[in-house]
Amino acid sequence: MLCDDCGRNEAVVHITQIGPDGRIEKNLCEKCAAAYGEFVPAAKQGRSVSMDDFLKGIFSSAAERGEKRTLDQNQLVCPNCGMSYRDFQQTGKIGCAECYNTFRQQIEPMLRRIHGSSVHRGKIPHRSGSTLEIKHEIGLLRQKLQDSVAREEYEKAAEYRDRIRSLEKKIEVQEGGVADGNQ
Amino acid sequence: MAINDLLRSSELTWLKSGGTDGDVVVASRIRLARNLKGVPFPNRADMNQLSQVLVATDEVLPELEKSMGMPFDRVDVERLSPLQREVLIEKQLITDNLIKNPQYRATYVSDDRCISIMINEEDHLRIQCWAPGLNLDLPMSTAFTLDDLIESRLDMAFDEKMGYLTSCPTNLGTGLRASVLLHLPGLVFTRNVSSIINISPQLGLAVRALYGDDKEPVGSLFQISNQLTLGFSEEELIANLKSAVTEIVAHERRARKALALYRKEQLADEVWRAYGTLAYARMLSEREAMELLSKVRLGIDLKLIHEVKADCYADILIASHRSFLQNLAENENMSKIEIDQLRARKVREILGGHRMSSEEKS
Repeated sequence: MLCDDCGRNEAVVHITQIGPDGRIEKNLCEKCAAAYGEFVPAAKQGRSVSMDDFLKGIFSSAAERGEKRTLDQNQLVCPNCGMSYRDFQQTGKIGCAECYNTFRQQIEPMLRRIHGSSVHRGKIPHRSGSTLEIKHEIGLLRQKLQDSVAREEYEKAAEYRDRIRSLEKKIEVQEGGVADGNQ
Repeated sequence: MAINDLLRSSELTWLKSGGTDGDVVVASRIRLARNLKGVPFPNRADMNQLSQVLVATDEVLPELEKSMGMPFDRVDVERLSPLQREVLIEKQLITDNLIKNPQYRATYVSDDRCISIMINEEDHLRIQCWAPGLNLDLPMSTAFTLDDLIESRLDMAFDEKMGYLTSCPTNLGTGLRASVLLHLPGLVFTRNVSSIINISPQLGLAVRALYGDDKEPVGSLFQISNQLTLGFSEEELIANLKSAVTEIVAHERRARKALALYRKEQLADEVWRAYGTLAYARMLSEREAMELLSKVRLGIDLKLIHEVKADCYADILIASHRSFLQNLAENENMSKIEIDQLRARKVREILGGHRMSSEEKS
């Protein structure tokens, strides 16, 4: 008897597989049987569902809800990499950094669905983030300022206020400097 | 050659025992996703643009080496054989995504193997750092140092509101994926793993079996990682993961204690049988080796087995993989029997090398 899988070698192993399609019995050669016995890492089995599938779903369902807008949405194309909104729906992947600007309106609601938020609160690049880091610090200080006012700790509040002012001046200088440099 | 050593050594520093909560937590990993400004993401970039990214990152490499105080191996994926690529995946130093289209894909692996920076994977840069045991702070600070250094030379794609821009929106914001590798034989045996897998999404975390699938995990190894990347700071994301891991560790220890108390005889018998088989078998399949190894590790952690040092675990874990063995034998066309024989021989060798001397035992 020849192997059911490759049809070339003599079948020496008999296996019974119980799967979603019921019972399958097979006669296999040693080589093909080895492929059944060896365990395969989960990701390699090919049947693993990837995150992309869900993203595609989110893109498409967003398009369905705003049916009137879909026409112009589909015509939206990223000027930097040429990615269209339809490409998103098909791949679930974004083409380039500029796409996030081009499709901001469509992406933001999706971000809230994935992450529950659409505002970054983590690390900021020191160089290209320029004044952003200081702005974040000011935001934090403002929060502290409000807290200390609420607790009637006015000395502390004044301290925070002064630090905010000096940081704001720093931003003015930096942004002014950048503007000068561009001229 | 260094790359040869990278492929042929079964040692991986970050899998070594002795880290914090090392009886349950095998290793911790931090991954940052970053992209260069102006260049389309790798899935959309043409060959020119991909090569442009690689040239730019190659220029920063000497600085990374200087700052980390050790040499890096620059591994060009295109120049590796398919088998060699698989070995690096088995060692978790690179991902499937990196080898799909090997042109202009590379990784920089540090000399201690605790850093691997993948170029042109799903994002232009994937900075990965590892540490043994439960220790997310060290790889986090290393990753930040590397990130700062790269960013000081290359402009990153960043948006004030959305943070670091990534190819997949699930990585957007911090670009951070922190994960912890757990060995949970106690929870697997007491059938409690599924409840952990079910609860995790509610905490913004994902748990998956490293080998096998969730219903039938092989070797009781599980990876837990953060799912959200936007709206929280890196510190918050890590703190959340850490507290969940601490909880799981406590549950695993409780399960082991219960096993040691109520199934004392069976447990001792089982771990010693596993040790015996590993030490004397002439043929081992990948699955069998993983299952036995997990039991031996449990035996060592519960101080039932004193014959051998805990570090044998990491070596056997790597050396049991198919591609690793084939690469070692320099033969891509080995039959399953030949591989199983080589695996058994390699396992015996490793156990022999880690056997405790009589002084160490006392």
